Amino acid sequence: MQRNHNHTTIVTIEKVIDETPTVRTLVFSDDVMSNVLPGQFAMVWIPGVNELPMSVMITREPGKAAFTVRKHGPASTGLFNIKEGQQIGIRGPYGNSFDLKEGKLLLVGGGTGLVPMMRLLSFVKPTDDVTVLIGAKSKDEVFFEEFANSMLENNSHKVLVSTDDGSYGEKGFVTDLVEKLVNESHFDGVYVCGPEIMMYKTVQSAHSRNMFVQASLERMMKCGVGICGSCCVGEDLVCRDGTVFDGEHLSSNKEFGHFYRNKAGILEKY
Amino acid sequence: MNQLLYSKPSSLFKVETSLATSIGQIQLDRPVMLASGILGISLDVFNRLYRSGAGAVVTKSLSTEPWEGYPNPTIFGVKGGGWINAVGLSNPGAPNFAKMIEPNQDVPIVVSLVGSIPEDFEFMIKQFENCKVTAYELNLSCPHVAKVGLEVGDDPELVRKIVTTSKNSTDVPIIAKVGLGTTHYLNTVGTAIDSGIDAITAINTVRAMAIDVETQRPILSNKFGGLSGTPIKPIALRCVYEISSKYDIPIIGCGGVSTWEDAVEFFLAGASAIQLGSAVGDNWINVFGEINNGILEYMKRKNYSSIKEMVGLAKKS
Repeated sequence: MQRNHNHTTIVTIEKVIDETPTVRTLVFSDDVMSNVLPGQFAMVWIPGVNELPMSVMITREPGKAAFTVRKHGPASTGLFNIKEGQQIGIRGPYGNSFDLKEGKLLLVGGGTGLVPMMRLLSFVKPTDDVTVLIGAKSKDEVFFEEFANSMLENNSHKVLVSTDDGSYGEKGFVTDLVEKLVNESHFDGVYVCGPEIMMYKTVQSAHSRNMFVQASLERMMKCGVGICGSCCVGEDLVCRDGTVFDGEHLSSNKEFGHFYRNKAGILEKY
Repeated sequence: MNQLLYSKPSSLFKVETSLATSIGQIQLDRPVMLASGILGISLDVFNRLYRSGAGAVVTKSLSTEPWEGYPNPTIFGVKGGGWINAVGLSNPGAPNFAKMIEPNQDVPIVVSLVGSIPEDFEFMIKQFENCKVTAYELNLSCPHVAKVGLEVGDDPELVRKIVTTSKNSTDVPIIAKVGLGTTHYLNTVGTAIDSGIDAITAINTVRAMAIDVETQRPILSNKFGGLSGTPIKPIALRCVYEISSKYDIPIIGCGGVSTWEDAVEFFLAGASAIQLGSAVGDNWINVFGEINNGILEYMKRKNYSSIKEMVGLAKKS
């Protein structure tokens, strides 16, 4: 019988990989999740703790998928602390995905926003010229640099890192690097996922130069299916209309990059 | 034939008069409303729903203060269809919400209110004095939050006081949303009518739960939630039929409507309009236009010129 994607499926964590002191990747077997498109997400249930939306990370093995989580609040810390052999629930996949252009591509990921970018890399063509930008606070928080390089070993490519404190790679915000690169050359496609201000600046930099740009948005999410309304951004619902939106569309959204909604649904400024 | 009638993305479409309906004093251009608790926290989203064919939108149930609701999981997809939710009435609070909808002119907004005592409702109605409100809907039936909703609806004396106070606070029509609790809902309806209510919405979600067999735990953080969607439609339909058989009061049918046939069934049982929520999770926002178009086609086929002609027809047979 075909799986009902709204019904929670239980999977067992098979491997836990420490990416940084605060970031871990949890690997599990699931055919459906191993095949999701970049930008799609799952609702992940940590029994007894919470449920949260997560982008699905790729692995090297067929039939396997992963979640890469940074410990932050109670829910993400609960997921971070899951050990090998423990079970979690998943439903989905939900949401739309990036439209992959061909040619010169720029992928920008901040923190765990790199996850959909890594999945996007598995769709690039050998003829694409790919630049990946990784933004992190400090050297300790850099991850997926090697993974990105290995994914692109058959492509003309660059993987650049910027850290806020300059302890590794370029010093400064990753958006400064974006601004510099889009000023120097034209990209056929720009893709971004990370903190919203980072996405906002990246979208502005690329869209103002008439480049095709898409961002995968993140919002407080309860249902994941377009019922609860908590993930609305203007008139868009991240779970159903997104997570991926075009720069053209986002430029006319009054809330993107400016406001978010708290747990009670009150609009607050970034 | 009317495939594109409700799909224009950015402009208000021309209203088909034959879909107009009245629920007592409440006039709507179309009979399919968004139920409370669904997508209800942004005026931009309300506008979009209206453009998509919703006859009115009912807001999330508002409380006197902002509520965060329960932690996740707050929703569970039932294998055979339908949802169990315990979002926990998360909402920005009536004062914040009133400020947000103040600019609204176009969208018929029904403000849903939840509270424990008559003064809560009086306070909240006052917040909306400068807003264009089509009606208020008193939530007497949420099955998963203590001291409000169903716990209020199960107390006839409290229902009497809340309806009386709310009626005295405004000239805008007031609807009572009833559900299945420990007090027979028909008695709650009777009390609300005696106290001057203008219309009834029936029903709310039905108290339910889900347990995961692998981890052997209840899935929802609140353990219990409300079952909605197609599994409860036959129950809701029965309630509408019973209410309309016993009382002369305008009724809004709510519970598991996902197709135009479901909507028509509710009209035939005695409802003048319907509300839907779960169907949005299944078919997204297009569901309003699809159901409106289906009702229109049915009316043409059966030679009805108004919704009113269908209301309660099933009782004649």
